[in-house]
Order: sequence, then C-alpha cells, then structure tokens
Amino acid sequence: MTPALDASVQVRSAPPVLSVRNLHAHLHLGDTVVRAVDGVSFDLPAGATLSIVGESGCGKSMTALAILGLLPQPAGRITEGEVWLDGVGDLARLDQRALRRVRGNAVSMVFQDPMTSLNPVFRVGWQIAEAIRMHETVSREEARRRAIELLELVGIPSPSVRCDAFPHQLSGGMRQRVMIAIALARRPKVMLADEPTTALDVTIQAQVLRLMKRLQQDSGAALLLITHDLGVVAQMAQRVCVMYAGVIVEESAVGDLFADPLHPYTRGLLASMPKPRHGAARQALISIPGTVPPLSRLPAGCRFAGRCAHVFSKCREAEPPLVPVAGDLGPGARKVRCWLHVGSEAA
Amino acid sequence: MSAPLLEARQLRRHFPVPGRLFRPSTQTVKAVDGVDLHVARSETLGLVGESGCGKSTLGRMLVRLDRPTAGELFFEGENIGDLDETALKPVRRKVQMVFQNPYASLNPRQTLGDTICEPLVVHRVGTPESRRKRALELLDIVGLQPEHYARYPHQLSGGQRQRIGIARALALEPRLIVCDEPVSALDVSIQSQILNLLTDLQGRFGLSYVFISHDLRVVEHIADRVAVMYLGRIVEEAPVATLFARPLHPYTQALISAIPLADPARPTPEVILEGGVPNPIDPPRGCHFHPRCPLAEDRCRVETPDLVGTQEHKVRCWVVNRELASSS
Repeated sequence: MTPALDASVQVRSAPPVLSVRNLHAHLHLGDTVVRAVDGVSFDLPAGATLSIVGESGCGKSMTALAILGLLPQPAGRITEGEVWLDGVGDLARLDQRALRRVRGNAVSMVFQDPMTSLNPVFRVGWQIAEAIRMHETVSREEARRRAIELLELVGIPSPSVRCDAFPHQLSGGMRQRVMIAIALARRPKVMLADEPTTALDVTIQAQVLRLMKRLQQDSGAALLLITHDLGVVAQMAQRVCVMYAGVIVEESAVGDLFADPLHPYTRGLLASMPKPRHGAARQALISIPGTVPPLSRLPAGCRFAGRCAHVFSKCREAEPPLVPVAGDLGPGARKVRCWLHVGSEAA
Repeated sequence: MSAPLLEARQLRRHFPVPGRLFRPSTQTVKAVDGVDLHVARSETLGLVGESGCGKSTLGRMLVRLDRPTAGELFFEGENIGDLDETALKPVRRKVQMVFQNPYASLNPRQTLGDTICEPLVVHRVGTPESRRKRALELLDIVGLQPEHYARYPHQLSGGQRQRIGIARALALEPRLIVCDEPVSALDVSIQSQILNLLTDLQGRFGLSYVFISHDLRVVEHIADRVAVMYLGRIVEEAPVATLFARPLHPYTQALISAIPLADPARPTPEVILEGGVPNPIDPPRGCHFHPRCPLAEDRCRVETPDLVGTQEHKVRCWVVNRELASSS
C-alpha cells in the first residue's frame, strides 16, 4: 500500500535531480536480515537542500550508501526500489563499473570523519587531482592547478603550499574542507553529506556549514544532508525527512517541522533537545521512553508504537502509510506516517 | 559564603613533548595553565571549551587521576594535589568520575553487577552479600532492572551503559562526580534521559558535579555556573544565566553564537570565528585568543590578561575589562 500512496505525491516546483523510490536496503548477517532501509522515497529538487535526520541506527547513513552503491559488502544489498539520478538513470540497476563513473562525478559524497576518508599516504592536492583525473583526461599540471583552485575555493589559506600537505598535517576542519573540495571537483549535480560537521568543534562547524551553504548556492548542486542534529537541519535545509527504524516517519518543509511537528517521534525529538533557559529555573527534559526496536526484529504495526504516548490498538496491528496531511497534494505537501493523522480518504 | 567542597588554585599540568631519538624533549604542552576554580556543595560547575582546550585534563586532575604539575587542589579543606596513592584512598571514595564512552569504560568480560560492586571491593566495603544488595539498589536508582545484574556491557544500549557508569560512580556515596562528556556519545532522546537522571540524583543525594562538555546547549541546561576554557586557561566564569544572557569574552560570544539552534527563523551565526585553535605546543604570546579575536589590540599580543571581575562574573580580556572599568 505504502509505495502507491507515496508515489501519488510527486508534484514539485523544481524537477527532482535525485528521486528515490521505495528503496529497500537490507543487510544479511548470517541468518538475520537487518532491514536498515525499509521503503524510503523522497525527491531532491535541483539546487535544494534536503535533510535526513534521525538517531543512530535509523538507516539515514545506509540510505546514502545505498544511493551510491556503497553498501557494506557482502552483507548489504538493495532488495527493491529505484534511485533515479537526472541524466544518468536508475543507480540501483548499475553495476560497480558504471557506478564508478557516476560517483565523484554527477554525485559525490562528504563523509563524517575526514581523517579516515582521506588517504593518509598521499598529499591532499594529489587526492583532489585524482578525483579530477578519474573522470577526465587532463595533464598532471592542469589537475594540480585545478586542485589548488579548489583548495582556495574551500577557504584553505596558502593553497599552493597546503596542496603538498599530508592529511595528518591539517586540522579536522581543514581536512573536511579538503573532502568538500574533492566532492566539488567535478561540479556534481548532487552532493551527499553524511554528518559532515559532527566530528568538528562548534566554531569550526559554523565555518564549514557557512562554506557548504555558499558553495552550494554558487555551484547550484543539490545537497542531501544527513545529520542527527536538528540545529544543523534548521540552519541548512529547506526540506526535511525524519527517519525512524528504517522508514521516513515525517517529511515537511523545515519551517513547518519546527513550528508544528506532527509525528509523535518528531515531537519527542524536538522536545528532548535542551532549550535556551533565558535564566529560567531548570525543568526536566522531555525524553522518549525506551529504545529503538532492533531492525532485525521489527514489530508488526507502527515501528514507534512501543515508545509512543498516543498508541492505540490500530498502531499495533498495521503499519501506517506515509501520506500527505489533510489531502494536501501541493509541492510543499507535509507527509506523516501515523494513524493519528491518516484522514478518511486514506484509511 | 561557606567553604567550597572543591577548590583549585593556580592548577597546572604540563606534558613534555616526546623528543626525538637521542634528543631529549625540550618543549612542553601546557594543557592546564593556571586554573582557579571552586565547586560548592550540591552545585554543578559546567566546564566548556573545544577539543584540546584542556578541559578533560583538568577534570582528571580534579579527581586526582592525574597529578598536577603545580598549584593546589583542596577537597573539603584538605590539599589533595600532592597526596600519594595511599593517602588518596579515603579521598577517592568521595570523588568519582563518569566517562564519555560508556563502552570503553566498562570491562566487557565483567557482569554489570560485578562492575558496580568493583569500587566496593576495592575499598573493602561490606560483605559479598551486602555488596550484591547495594548493586541491586544502585541498578534501581539509575533506572535499570534487577535482571541487568548478570548481564554484560555488550547486551546494553549506549544509554543503559552510561547508566551503569553512573551507578558505579555512585556506589561509594561520593560527594563530587566529575562527568567528562557523559552524554556526547548518546542520541538526543537518550541524552535527555541521562541529563534528567543526573539532575534527580543531585537532588536526592546532594551531589556536586563538574560537568565537562563541548555542547553549550547541554551545559546551559544542567549547570549552575559555567567556566569557559581556551588553550589551558579559563577565559570567562559566570553563573549560567549571566553567561548566556551577557557573555563578555569574545570567545564565549562566538561559541554561543555558533550553536546551531533548532529554529529555522534564526539567521546564521553573527559571530563566526576565523581559523582554528592554535597549536598548544607553541601557543600565541599574550592572550592565547588574540589571533582569532575581533577586539585584539597591541597589548593583547604581548601581555597575558588576568581573570578578573566581580566575585560572580570574571573575564580574561584586556579590552572587555577596560570597558567595564570605565563604564562603572
């Protein structure tokens, strides 16, 4: 049921440059199947920023890895669904050879930890040049010149010197800038960023977020920003998908989500963030009782039912679909996966 | 004012930088470089700063896991900064620590019950039977079930593991717990459970906390007073409401402004610091913050400002303190 309902709402102002349809990515570990991504659909319009937010193990990183064909091997595989990239086709159907031509080219990725995702034995300039030379035939000198340009673009001081530095000689913030330079090297249509600032200090995070915002506006690339930090979402994204236990539970424009969260999980998540006190007395934080169900043994009904304060019998019987609120089919439609919000037309 | 539970005076910890082969070390990292602070009974002191500012080293010194290079450390009026292990033992019962990574700080081959009992065994408290009773009581206090007694750390979630870390810290009924980034590894919905637990325990047992964190949102929630560290020194100290309403030091202002708030209507941060934290082996002369400071003057590049101000609100900045002096 769910995919059909999801598919009925594809109206968007800008055509999507990335369209994920009913994506299932499972990890087969021995006899258990971990349903890490369990039917995820979203559209990323050209030039926009869409954020996927959720807690550890909700499947947000696996969604990004599945899009790029980088699921852990041999356990991970896409079992169902499509990943349409504008001008390329369905990434889920491409073999690794074809994917290698797409990755770092039409779509690129910035990972969380810039120390482990850069190669420690090569100079950073060489690594940026490699990203260019993978996809076009240019001389070493030309590639190096462009690497220096990119380093300058991402705000690294004295780029022609830093070009010859090894990753360990740079600070965490500088390394993440190098990762962004590599991701931008081929002017991708879509950039995926998985927790790009989580490993950074707060003042450096502010610098990197500002840089990503500026570069995205200048290059026109669409950004899929994966994060656990609702503060980062509020600052960066136009639209947001909240993930829980492998599925999207709420999708909406960023303003609506923070002003009026609909899904009980989203509400709990926002309420559990410590708020500025403005000198007021300390109040107990609202927390969500319990923990996320194991993705290998999901409950029959709603995945959040076990922790939800509003649970009723239907929640334990059937999984609610992700449907537009109040039949809104416009481009800014809010969608929520909760029986409390399913109108008569969908029930 | 009653005597503080814990007081540090000009506390320092210097580490030699490893020398090369046949060349002895000549440089030192001044991880903690002259820190004065105090913690009252039932009070929470928040200690904030970015990686490498020395907050964890300071925390380890406060519980005497690390010996200060210089300075004095008073606990309940006794100078514990220089005590040896034997003399420290009674102090260790009263000062405990909760670590950041609840997995790395639990023994994977020990049951949770044994983990909680361990401090009691070390300090020869009670009989095996009474220790077992105490462990079950502690499991209940931190919101776990009796059946967790026989389980192992890998069977727990991150939040439950941190509850075990807290139960172990509580076992000897301490007066002070130093919490080093206790919720940084946890998801936000679990983080709030642990913060609530810490607040409840404080009310119940009259505990004092030193709460070390890089997350200002969490510190604003839990702390009564806050000290901001930068490269081994405290640059500002104030009651939590004052610090967030009227931060004086330019570094504090930038830190607060850089917090990404869950409010899409708020514009991007007003104050974004350029550059990163300088190398602590060779910190800038004068005020450590001057290379990144929008207010820096000639004097800041040569002379180190002191942490001065009122009893309540102290700041280490030439420019701010001059302006405060001229306006009062």
